[in-house]
Amino acid sequence: MSLLWILILPIAGALVPVFAARHGRRACVAVTLIAPLLALALALLHGPTVIGGDIVSQSLAWMPLLGLDLALRIDGLTLLFALLILGIGSLILFYTGYYLHTDEDDGRFLAYMMLFMGAMLGIVMADNLLLLWLFWELTGISSFLLIGFWGHRSDARRGARMALAVTGAGGLALLAGILLIGQEVGSFAMAEVLAAGETLRASSHYPAILVLVLLGAFTKSAQLPFHFWLPHAMAAPTPVSAFLHSATMVKAGVFLLARLNPALGDTALWALILSLVGLATLLYAAWFALLERDLKGILAFSTISHLGLITLLLGLGSPLAIVAAVFHILNHATFKAALFMSVGMIDHETGTRDIDRLGALWSMMPLTGTLTILAGAAMAGLPPFNGFLSKEMLFAQSLGNNLLGALSALIPLLVVIGAVLSVAYSLRLIYSLFFAAPRLTREQKAQPPLEAHDPAKGMLAPGLFLAAMSLLLGLFPMTLAAPLIKAASLAVQGDTTPLFQLVLWHGLDLPLAMSVVAVVGGILVLHQHRHLAGIAALFPGRDAGLAFEAAVQRVIKAALWLTLRLENGSLQRYQALLILCALAMAGIGLSRLDALTGEKGMQPLDGMLVLGAALMVFGAIGSALSHRWRLVSLLMLSVVGLTVSMTFVRFSAPDLALTQLSVEVVSMILLILALFFLPQRPPLLVSSRRILRDLLLAASLGLVVAMLNYAFLTRESLSIAGFFLRESVPGGGGTNVVNVILVDFRGFDTLGEITVLTLAGLATFKLLNRLKLFMPAGNLEGIRWSQHRYPLILAVVAQILLPLALLVSAYIFLRGHNQPGGGFIAGLITAVALILQYIARGHDWTRERLPISYPVVAVSGLAIATATGMASWLFGYPFLTSAFGHFDVPLIGEIELASAMLFDAGVYLAVVGATLMILINLGRVTTIHRPRLEER
Amino acid sequence: MELLFSLVVGVLTASGIYLLLRGRTFPVIVGLTLLSYAVNLFLFSTGGLNTDAAAVIGESLTPTDPLPQALVLTAIVIGFAMTAFVVILAIRARSELGSDHVDGQQGEAGDGR
Repeated sequence: MSLLWILILPIAGALVPVFAARHGRRACVAVTLIAPLLALALALLHGPTVIGGDIVSQSLAWMPLLGLDLALRIDGLTLLFALLILGIGSLILFYTGYYLHTDEDDGRFLAYMMLFMGAMLGIVMADNLLLLWLFWELTGISSFLLIGFWGHRSDARRGARMALAVTGAGGLALLAGILLIGQEVGSFAMAEVLAAGETLRASSHYPAILVLVLLGAFTKSAQLPFHFWLPHAMAAPTPVSAFLHSATMVKAGVFLLARLNPALGDTALWALILSLVGLATLLYAAWFALLERDLKGILAFSTISHLGLITLLLGLGSPLAIVAAVFHILNHATFKAALFMSVGMIDHETGTRDIDRLGALWSMMPLTGTLTILAGAAMAGLPPFNGFLSKEMLFAQSLGNNLLGALSALIPLLVVIGAVLSVAYSLRLIYSLFFAAPRLTREQKAQPPLEAHDPAKGMLAPGLFLAAMSLLLGLFPMTLAAPLIKAASLAVQGDTTPLFQLVLWHGLDLPLAMSVVAVVGGILVLHQHRHLAGIAALFPGRDAGLAFEAAVQRVIKAALWLTLRLENGSLQRYQALLILCALAMAGIGLSRLDALTGEKGMQPLDGMLVLGAALMVFGAIGSALSHRWRLVSLLMLSVVGLTVSMTFVRFSAPDLALTQLSVEVVSMILLILALFFLPQRPPLLVSSRRILRDLLLAASLGLVVAMLNYAFLTRESLSIAGFFLRESVPGGGGTNVVNVILVDFRGFDTLGEITVLTLAGLATFKLLNRLKLFMPAGNLEGIRWSQHRYPLILAVVAQILLPLALLVSAYIFLRGHNQPGGGFIAGLITAVALILQYIARGHDWTRERLPISYPVVAVSGLAIATATGMASWLFGYPFLTSAFGHFDVPLIGEIELASAMLFDAGVYLAVVGATLMILINLGRVTTIHRPRLEER
Repeated sequence: MELLFSLVVGVLTASGIYLLLRGRTFPVIVGLTLLSYAVNLFLFSTGGLNTDAAAVIGESLTPTDPLPQALVLTAIVIGFAMTAFVVILAIRARSELGSDHVDGQQGEAGDGR
């Protein structure tokens, strides 16, 4: 269980600062630190096992059908990263306690930091590729929150948006790559993927997988050409930069490359892309680090450059290159986090990050200076710091490469140039800040000189610790780092562990000569810095941030244009577009058929069928043609409806016929009521072009639908009918299979449906509330409506019919499980009978005699149906399991009772309640308002 | 017979679509109802057009497919609920906007598309 705790602690710990913030900053930081330190201790408990070369893993099924498990592992690589994330993370949290201004929301900031820490830990611990991706995205989101922490500043908002867009897009590419890997390997489990390297490399999808995964890794690790977001992310508070942009998040990309090395690495394509991109990034970013004036900008470019170095090492791919890459991940994290902290302190104390404005700080800030010199020397790769060791290893490995054939010798040359630049920008940082006089403009000279002093000891301590670590790692690499580096390299290499020595002194060899060249060259370059800056100024580059922003604006503009074209507010336009789409889709489907007529023969025609078809065609076309004569149109519609129910009778669907018939009655009453409220004769002003277009659309879709239906009817199709026919009696206890499906097999669907019905009924209440009505007092010719509202004969007949109709509906309801009928149909019959009373006698008369609240009826029906479903939980069965049995009732004889019957009663009540709610509400409005002449 | 059936479904669809594209609420509602007849018939027919074969155990030796029937039965009732909702929405729209045009912009005297 302890593996899960390592992950849960920081994530749950994100809540701690939110609650602790009110107790003061120091207390808040102190309690926040508990979770990561505990997690670190738990991770270290696995240290001996992991250093011994074993993998600790643990897996919980999460979504097994998707292949997503909550699977965690700790191997050497994980342990290394967990140390960086939790160790350096804790130091930075401590530092944060001094960094933020007193009026800032430190609770929120620390919570985001913890969230990020948990997400990052998730990436390195994930033992499942999908899980890894999930945490990958989570780091993107939490880093968006962190970069944009100072949301009142536009550069922070822009930087956050850019980072999210670039790394988010890369994340999507990575997901695609992961899905492809899963498809090739048949699993997302890390162990299986890593073991399937042979399969993956041989797969025809390998290039696609590689490119997609690399897009994810390169965007995250700010490799060319996706590097531009990182300098803009420097708008974040400095602790964020120290944590995310040096030690952890940007390392997620190289982590991914290292993690997947056994699965995807060791091919020519891998080596070529990684080493060329890495090398280009290394050089490009080092050059810009040399020219940059903003302190954090220098560090950002230097970070990009060092990430390029790690990518290059992974690309070189030899066992020792991988050892060097892993070692450099550790080294870079230590000295770069320390440098960010020192820059944060200088910014904090002097109020500026402009390298030209600052200078001669040594006398004012000696401790900060010591820190910067130690960490800066490590960054430059000077002995005896850790950066020197990994850089020497890079020199040695670059010499042995044969990536580019005869041009391979270029690589060590370019690497040395990169090292020269790196020495130059590192020394420039130290020299300009602490020893050289500031280069001030005339206005700045007029201002009083900067006053500064070392910050509080607490703020200095974490940085000094890390700087000391860089020195110690350089002095005693074999004791302090080698076991961990060995275990981590083992995880990256897959199977073999190379023998390696981490030593400062190799003897007089070529790598040492390269180091000397780098240092001497670096000092020379720094000496000529002013000229170099002058040359660079001749080639003003395009600001990537502006270009990105412009691209975003262009996309937004295009989206707006398209939206306005499609969404002009006309329902008719939307419908026409939808119909066009439907036509295209159905057309594509039809074009794939070999022939329209299938293998099944046609059944013969008879007179009744022809008559029915003629009636329907007459009704449909008539209703369309007469749409301005609304009552006529409605009558035509009812012809179609009645014939449809006859069709159901003919083709063995008695339940449907009964339902259609009763719904038809209710709908017609509803539509006639509606006519009362709508204009009687709409004006005729429509272009013939519009009519032609609509006719064309309607006819084409009608034709396509007819063709589809015909194609379907003349083919045999597979059906699951057999199951229902077989199981209806033994499983559902009823012989009417349609009803058994409704109340038993698919009871959940029915429950959903009566819920919709009830909701529609309730919605009419709201819609009819305080309605301002246009109600005509007479017809178009000005003749007033009849004053005899309730015809006597109808009233008498309706009264006699009511008990009869109720009896019929009870009968239909009771027999429903075995013969055509059931809750739906019985409910509709009851509704019709009741509505007839309202029509015959009016709302007030009926209301007095039938004081029923229909919403209550509908909702209680819903409640009964739901309760019946839940009752099966009491017996330990799933929701809506039905039970039935036969009972002997005196006088009546044996009857069958099924729980489905109770469910059907719920359906019955919901249908009655909802139908009456709708019609009575609408009908009632006609009587409570005084009719007046329509204003036309 | 199958040809005739599908032609009828096609005609119902075409009439329904034509009405659906009108500019006033009432024809749109009528069109929706016609279209739902067509859709229900289409769905129903996927179980095959069988005579004297009701899906009641013991009535017929070769009962028809009951599943499309169950689907269509619920579709009919839901269709009613939706028609009712749209009708009352149309009434409400006219009372709020003073027009029964589907876009609610034109007044009573607007063009009658």
